Amino acid sequence: MDNSLTPLVLKRLLVPTLLHLGFRKTLTMADEVVLLDFWPSPFGMRVRIALAEKGIKYEYKEEDLRNKSPLLLKMNPVHKQIPVLIHNGKPVNESLIAVQYIDEVWKDKSPILPSDPYQRALARFWADYIDKKIYVSGKKVWQTKGEEQEEAKKEFIGHLKMLEGELGDKAFFGGECFGFVDVALVPFYSWFYAYETCGSFSIEAECPKLMAWVKRCMQRDSVAKSLPDQHKVYDFVLQLKKKFGIE
Amino acid sequence: MEEVKLLGFWSSPFVYRVKWALKHKDVKYEYLEEDLWNKKSDLLLRSNPVQKRVPVLLHDGKPIAESIVILEYIEEMWPHNPLLPQDPHERAMARYWMKFGEDKAPILLGFYLNFGEEQEKNVKEAKELLKILEKHGLGENKFFGGDEIGLVDFAFGWIACWLEVMEEAVGVKLSEAESLPRLHEWIENFKKVPLIKENTPDRDRMLSFYKQRREQRRESFISSRAS
Repeated sequence: MDNSLTPLVLKRLLVPTLLHLGFRKTLTMADEVVLLDFWPSPFGMRVRIALAEKGIKYEYKEEDLRNKSPLLLKMNPVHKQIPVLIHNGKPVNESLIAVQYIDEVWKDKSPILPSDPYQRALARFWADYIDKKIYVSGKKVWQTKGEEQEEAKKEFIGHLKMLEGELGDKAFFGGECFGFVDVALVPFYSWFYAYETCGSFSIEAECPKLMAWVKRCMQRDSVAKSLPDQHKVYDFVLQLKKKFGIE
Repeated sequence: MEEVKLLGFWSSPFVYRVKWALKHKDVKYEYLEEDLWNKKSDLLLRSNPVQKRVPVLLHDGKPIAESIVILEYIEEMWPHNPLLPQDPHERAMARYWMKFGEDKAPILLGFYLNFGEEQEKNVKEAKELLKILEKHGLGENKFFGGDEIGLVDFAFGWIACWLEVMEEAVGVKLSEAESLPRLHEWIENFKKVPLIKENTPDRDRMLSFYKQRREQRRESFISSRAS
């Protein structure tokens, strides 16, 4: 090729073509992230928070749990439960497992788990404690009445106090930074009004330090945008109580 | 010099998961037997004030509790001879099955823990859960970890080495080879792994222990119904 023509060919044809192909390749390699969820689910909220912390674009799909979608049944055939994170067609089930997955795949931004293995073990321990104790004991508070409810309240407050003790004077459970245990627990804040109203007690009165921690978490966009309004959750709980014949 | 201690109880499959992982990684450790029924040690109560149970791993004095949490810690601290897949999605699947085992443990162990109608219900449900585990968890693999054992195999090790002893102690069969062929194949393969073969509690001692515990539970059950 003539020397004088080469720069022109490069400028007008080759470079744009290569750029276009590169751009197309980037497009086809873009992550496809879908979240199957149910708006009042504290487990779903955990995944929403993690995705928001990392700035990941995703498609949110609301599931009707009385009429589960074929996609949900296909992606979670064992438990048939939300949340399900679907990344490039592959499902990740169980909220805390999905949060860890998000942290591992999108590792270059806003770490959720600490980097030190011992701190990670502590974070996993407390997240596991929250998983085993908070949802179940909280549920008993709004599902029961009389003496059974008093017992349930005692148990629930006991667990919150245990967590408040673990928080101590730290800003967040992990220390200075918002992390895994905070993500595991803060969604239950959206259910506090429901627990308090059904059980006639005040979580602020019982656990003031925990409520201060809640306020710090709610200052984060990722949390504020992922949690539904407490009154909306309370209305939902009232509907459930009616449906299950609980006065 | 790293100091690793393991607080345990001789018959606990949860403790054995941790022992297997430490041995797989060639980590030297000191084992301390806890007298769980009579007097838990101060070290245990200080190290695990929340749950007050074994296993507890102490690494240079720092305690870690809950067997699955300990397994993940061991994997991260000593990454050679890996027990979890490298691929994030496969790791998520491994964690999923370990959680499945933990969440379903009360039902899977219901045949041993419970009596009467509740026991019958648990047995029926447990058989279904084992089918799910076999089909979705194990699939066509030799081990849950694939060609080699991994953390998920350790987590379900109790099905290989403890279940049939407990079944004999109780007089109930949960897992028939005819209805769970792939799982039984896994049991045989798992028991043959030298690490596992050389590190399981004495069968006769286990049988006698579980028979005794079952009787104690039966007495409690009867007296709680009478009151």
